[in-house]
Amino acid sequence: MAREPWSEARTRQIVAEHVELEGPLMPILHACVETFGFVPNDAVPVIANELNLSRAEVHGVVTFYHDFRREPAGKHVLKMCRAEACQSMGCESLVKRAEDRLGIKCGETSVDGRVTLEPIYCLGLCATAPSAMLDGKIVGRLNEAKLDKLLKGAGA
Amino acid sequence: MTVKIYIPKDAAAVACGADEVAEAFKKQAKKAALKIEIVRNGSRGMLWLEPLLEVEAADGVRYGFGPVQEEDVTSLIKAGVLGAEGPKKIKHQLAVGPVEEIPFFKKQTRLTFARCGLADPVSLPDYKRLGGYKGLENALKLKPIEIVDIVSKSGLRGRGGAGFPTGIKWKTVHDTPPQQKYIVCNADEGDSGTFADRMIMEGDPFVLIEGMTIAGLAVGATRGYIYLRSEYPHAQIALNAAIAAAKKEGYLGDNVRDSGHAFHLQVRMGAGAYVCGEETSLLESLEGKRGLVRAKPPLPAHKGLFGQPTIINNVLSLAAIPYILDNGPQAYADYGVGRSRGTMPIQLAGNLKHGGLFETAFGITLGELVDAIGGGTASGRPVKAVQVGGPLGAYFPREYFDTAFDYEAFAARDGLIGHAGVVVFDETADMMAQARFAFEFCAVESCGKCTPCRIGSTRGVETLDKVRAGERPEANLAVVEDLCNTMKFGSLCALGGFTPYPVMSALTHFPEDFGRPAKKLPAAAE
Ligand SMILES: Cc1cc2nc3c(=O)[nH]c(=O)nc-3n(C[C@H](O)[C@H](O)[C@H](O)COP(=O)(O)O)c2cc1C
Ligand code: SF4
Ligand code: FES
Repeated sequence: MAREPWSEARTRQIVAEHVELEGPLMPILHACVETFGFVPNDAVPVIANELNLSRAEVHGVVTFYHDFRREPAGKHVLKMCRAEACQSMGCESLVKRAEDRLGIKCGETSVDGRVTLEPIYCLGLCATAPSAMLDGKIVGRLNEAKLDKLLKGAGA
Repeated sequence: MTVKIYIPKDAAAVACGADEVAEAFKKQAKKAALKIEIVRNGSRGMLWLEPLLEVEAADGVRYGFGPVQEEDVTSLIKAGVLGAEGPKKIKHQLAVGPVEEIPFFKKQTRLTFARCGLADPVSLPDYKRLGGYKGLENALKLKPIEIVDIVSKSGLRGRGGAGFPTGIKWKTVHDTPPQQKYIVCNADEGDSGTFADRMIMEGDPFVLIEGMTIAGLAVGATRGYIYLRSEYPHAQIALNAAIAAAKKEGYLGDNVRDSGHAFHLQVRMGAGAYVCGEETSLLESLEGKRGLVRAKPPLPAHKGLFGQPTIINNVLSLAAIPYILDNGPQAYADYGVGRSRGTMPIQLAGNLKHGGLFETAFGITLGELVDAIGGGTASGRPVKAVQVGGPLGAYFPREYFDTAFDYEAFAARDGLIGHAGVVVFDETADMMAQARFAFEFCAVESCGKCTPCRIGSTRGVETLDKVRAGERPEANLAVVEDLCNTMKFGSLCALGGFTPYPVMSALTHFPEDFGRPAKKLPAAAE
């Protein structure tokens, strides 16, 4: 997905768009990830300043939540569900297959920067398990053939 | 003549190819100059059949075909699904007959899910045509305390896991002096094996909006938030579309249905933290903070969101309200057993032949759910264990299949029904690995506030790894038991406090997977 490079001005604009909300910080951080692909360290003091919070407070929030990544992800993000219902349908061997194909461990990005492989704990598709999500597109009844197709589509 | 067909927009259907199927129908109909109307409905809940195509016959009966893949569309059209003769006599290998006659569907009591799957979920006219907003119309004629009394009399208990009586919660907020109050819907649905919240939000979002609006009237709250997990983008789209439609028609806003009451509703996204499903952690998160669990008291009912009196309820609790206000509390309370009144949308998942959403009165047994309704495992191998209630729920063996689905019956067997997710494992499951996962999940998701949860879970993983490696297994299993005890009694919330359930149930019921001698079954138990 195409992302904008980070800029202070754009960050201020994002804050301004949300500042009227009650409890604006989470929506702001989501918007940062959507815009820049991650929450750059440089964004933290800007947001803190605009919202009249300490840097530590904003930093604390960014680091608490899995979604607020602090480094850019690979070009494609493949999330594979590793929760119980998917386990019961053999997700672990599929995760292993993806790891082997990409030459990385779950949670890492392939060396060529093409694919980030991440665990996710339940997509709410537990009756059509195993489940995955590639760049926001959900996939049910995952099997080896479907996984290989996803990886191929991501250029891996 | 225009032929009306239904292809669900539910995420489970979409994940299995529903969008591609709809696209293929559109294309092929155009090519053949056939007039069709494709309704993207909610799911009927028979998820093994998704994507489930439904074709309406002249008499209104809907015939099903599933699971349909893109490449089946040509043969379906050839068989006549878009033909003028209607779907009744069509022979096709995917034909499943009249959808509402399928036993999985027919055996249900759908009160909350009554409308789900029938129509376009975000069409307000359809919602009203199918009986929606009658509960609100009634509520608008009542005094707030009368609404609270009706909810109390229905016997409704919170569907998020703890089973706390909803009426008592509402009464507490009702009784606080007038000030800014909030209605917060807990749509964090983090438990593996659960998807009922997702399905109702995608398949009938107005019923949740109506329930929240009624809650607002009952306690004098003018603002509501739906805290939705970020893993549910499809639900987000459906909710926002429904909220916009409700606003436009005066069902939300400064003056709900010209009653003089205001109710404003917004969706807020979580950010991938399981613990934010815990109500006080959720409130912290909504306020824009780390999701640290708050000590209680004060209760959210007294000091909740931004320190104001707040009702926080699960999606299903709130979605049950319109039925209760429409049909009266007794109509709801007539279903169920003991202190578990009404119906529960049970989610059958994992290694099951017929997985899906099954709404039924409390009291059905676990065995009926797994064997009769769910049809046994998808793999065809024998069932080994069933985890009910998500990652903090116990693993039950087959000997417990006579347990009735009821809060107290599960508690009596050291289990919980939680949000009513049922995850089935076949005999290939390794219960020590499942126990290890329970610790690991707790370690990853712990908010970090209490030591037993934060440290105990990590120690649990390490200790089970030692057992696996054959390192003093008995001594280390004793450490595991000890850790569980400490976590159970020394944790502030149920993440640390209930992680011992899956661990200890695995160890108790499947000792052989931990290198202990197998349990002797009483002769008559199987
Ligand atoms: C770790 C943890 C996670 C929870 N996750 C959820 C959840 O995802 N959804 C939910 O409704 N309740 C969840 N709960 C229960 C809530 O704390 C709370 O009991 C519930 O929102 C109250 O609503 P109810 O009375 O309508 O059930 C969780 C509790 C704990 C301890
Ligand atoms: S038990 Fe765990 S998740 Fe719950 S408050 Fe304590 S540390 Fe946080
Ligand atoms: S457990 Fe994988 S989708 Fe729910």
